[in-house]
Amino acid sequence: MKRRLSLLFGLAALVAAAPAPADAFCGFFVSKADTKLFNKASKVVIARDGNRTVMTMSNDFKGEPKEFAIVVPVPTFLQKEQIHVGEQSLIDHLDAFTAPRLVEYFDENPCDRRRYMTDSAVRMQAPMAAGAMAQESAKRLGVTIEATYTVGEYDILILSAKESGGLATWLTQNGYKMPQGAAPVLASYLAQNMRFFVAKVNIGEQAKLGFNYLRPLQIAYESPKFMLPIRLGTLNAEGTQELFVFTLTNKGRVETTNYRTVRLPSDVEIPTYVKSDFGRFYKSMFTTQVQKQSMSTVFLEYAWDTGWCDPCAADPLSNDQLRKLGVFWLDGGAAPTPTGGPMRPMPRGGAGSVFVTRLHVRYDGAHFPEDLVFQETGDRSNFQGRYILRHAWTGTETCSEADAYRGELSTRREKEAQTLASLTGWDINEIRRKQGPGPRAAVDDRAWWQRLWQ
Amino acid sequence: MSAVPHPPASRFGDPRYYQIAVLTGLLAYGTLVLEFDVRRWQIPLTLAVALVTQWACSRLWKLPAFDPRSALISALSLCLLLRIDTLWVAAAAAVVAIASKFVVQVGKKHVFNPTNGAIVLMLLITPAAWLSPAQWGSVAFFAFLMACLGGLVAYRALRSDVALAFIVVYAALMFGRSYYLGEPMTIPTRRLESGGLLLFTFFMISDPRTTPDHPIARVLFGALVAFVAWYIQFRLFRTNGVIWSLALCAPLVPVLDRVLPGRRFAWTDAAVLPLLRRTPSPAIALERIHVS
Repeated sequence: MKRRLSLLFGLAALVAAAPAPADAFCGFFVSKADTKLFNKASKVVIARDGNRTVMTMSNDFKGEPKEFAIVVPVPTFLQKEQIHVGEQSLIDHLDAFTAPRLVEYFDENPCDRRRYMTDSAVRMQAPMAAGAMAQESAKRLGVTIEATYTVGEYDILILSAKESGGLATWLTQNGYKMPQGAAPVLASYLAQNMRFFVAKVNIGEQAKLGFNYLRPLQIAYESPKFMLPIRLGTLNAEGTQELFVFTLTNKGRVETTNYRTVRLPSDVEIPTYVKSDFGRFYKSMFTTQVQKQSMSTVFLEYAWDTGWCDPCAADPLSNDQLRKLGVFWLDGGAAPTPTGGPMRPMPRGGAGSVFVTRLHVRYDGAHFPEDLVFQETGDRSNFQGRYILRHAWTGTETCSEADAYRGELSTRREKEAQTLASLTGWDINEIRRKQGPGPRAAVDDRAWWQRLWQ
Repeated sequence: MSAVPHPPASRFGDPRYYQIAVLTGLLAYGTLVLEFDVRRWQIPLTLAVALVTQWACSRLWKLPAFDPRSALISALSLCLLLRIDTLWVAAAAAVVAIASKFVVQVGKKHVFNPTNGAIVLMLLITPAAWLSPAQWGSVAFFAFLMACLGGLVAYRALRSDVALAFIVVYAALMFGRSYYLGEPMTIPTRRLESGGLLLFTFFMISDPRTTPDHPIARVLFGALVAFVAWYIQFRLFRTNGVIWSLALCAPLVPVLDRVLPGRRFAWTDAAVLPLLRRTPSPAIALERIHVS
């Protein structure tokens, strides 16, 4: 996939590197590190404006469809029309669009300045937790099946209950593998008048529809609660869990109000060999940052108007795509989808604007005892996880600038190594070894008079 | 977080210097270690605008002298709490905070805590203003430190009764709710360990200029602010319950002062603070309060 990048894309990053005007930028995407970086990762897209919320739950479940089931506490009763089956490709697109990115620059010949850049992005895909499911009515347990729907390939129940013990028993009897200690958690949600959205796959419908994967479920509701229930998930005591929350809002960046939100380290120069191992770099860096913050924070990985990007890790989403992800406040209008060329359409602006925030959290029950609560802020400043590779110029020409350049190069390489070590916790000596020897200055062993009359 | 408008309450001098030092320390810690979302120039701009407004109002209201201390405290508090997308919001908040002390008065006592009033007004008029209640994280050590430092300031201001009434009632409501819901007690404990809540308790609601004069009224007021804050946070599911609550309850203070009149300067009570025998007479204190 090769694309030409815009001029501005390079300019913003080149300030430190080159004071000279850059007039011949071109760049391309290298292959994406399309790996399953994080196991047990969930992805949720939340579009929200006012009290209206559309939540899209990604479904990367890879097992037998008949074994799939989810139980999600929801703040309100849901009618059939409030439930929808979305498109996985849109979540993947949003994921790619907001992913931390690698930007690559080639130092120019100090004697003749020119440079190129490259960009790549990591994407994360991971299966959602799941359990088996079957259904049976059991009024004596105090469980009320408020509604049953079939939407797309899913059979959906909206449950409420008099008491949590009955609900836990009912779920277990019906084949849901409820984790130990689920009853008190279910109880606290019931006491808050929350319902339970329970979905399993209708094999017959799935066969009719012909999909060989499970599409994401979407629910639309109106509630002042801007939160994501994570407590049920933390009961599955298999270590930590990974969660990506993508929010689409009108005003600006979203943050958590009950856990500190911090920015992932960004805009740093790292050794060029990381290019072939960007996925491992990102994963190690994230782990190191989580440890540094004592696993008590939510990380901001991207915050930007969806109308543009700089650099773009993927095409910006069109209005139609955003609408399908739940953005209900966009008025009808031509989508600003870019078609080839520099992928940097201008911001939509105004009332129809959509701001995307990507939050990444690694959590367990001990460090994240309560559900995530969010707020939308008025912060429209841009942020992205962006890591810079600067390839050294390897030419052999000599000029005073080249000599100065070579002098600075070893300092720069050492700084890059130390940055990488501090970000990832990798061994500094190993990093230096992988960096290899720097480009040496051309050793000109000719006698001075030979150089004089060459 | 406004003026602590009285003369030196101890041999350590005017407690406002102490408060300025603590707030400055917290701001340094917040910006340097916790990476608060403070915009570049927000701090110098807020400080400058607050001081200029204080100076201008001192001239307009013909005060005998320009006293920068309470203005500095309001400005530092704004920097600690208010997050902005455009700089004019910081400037406007500073003007509102300081000017409100002079303009919105009942019986020579300003109604709104300057920082609180300014923040609430900004939240109401522009989306470019917000608060980040989780910015302090919930590190227990830090919470403890803040409680100690804040407690000391509140004690010196002799308004620890309102702070204690607030935090006791608020904690009781939080634990009560979690108990009712069957949540583990780590949830309310964690919520109480919030740096933002402690900052509010020991630095904002304990502001002696805007709390009721009578001790019983203060305890009632603290409890009411706690209840309204809890209601906003856990019944209406809105953020920043304590900030909204204090602004909503503030207009009740003049009413409480009328129903339960008290001495405006409780710190002159020698039984409460024997050290004050060495302080100037109440008459002098009264004069000073109008200056601040």
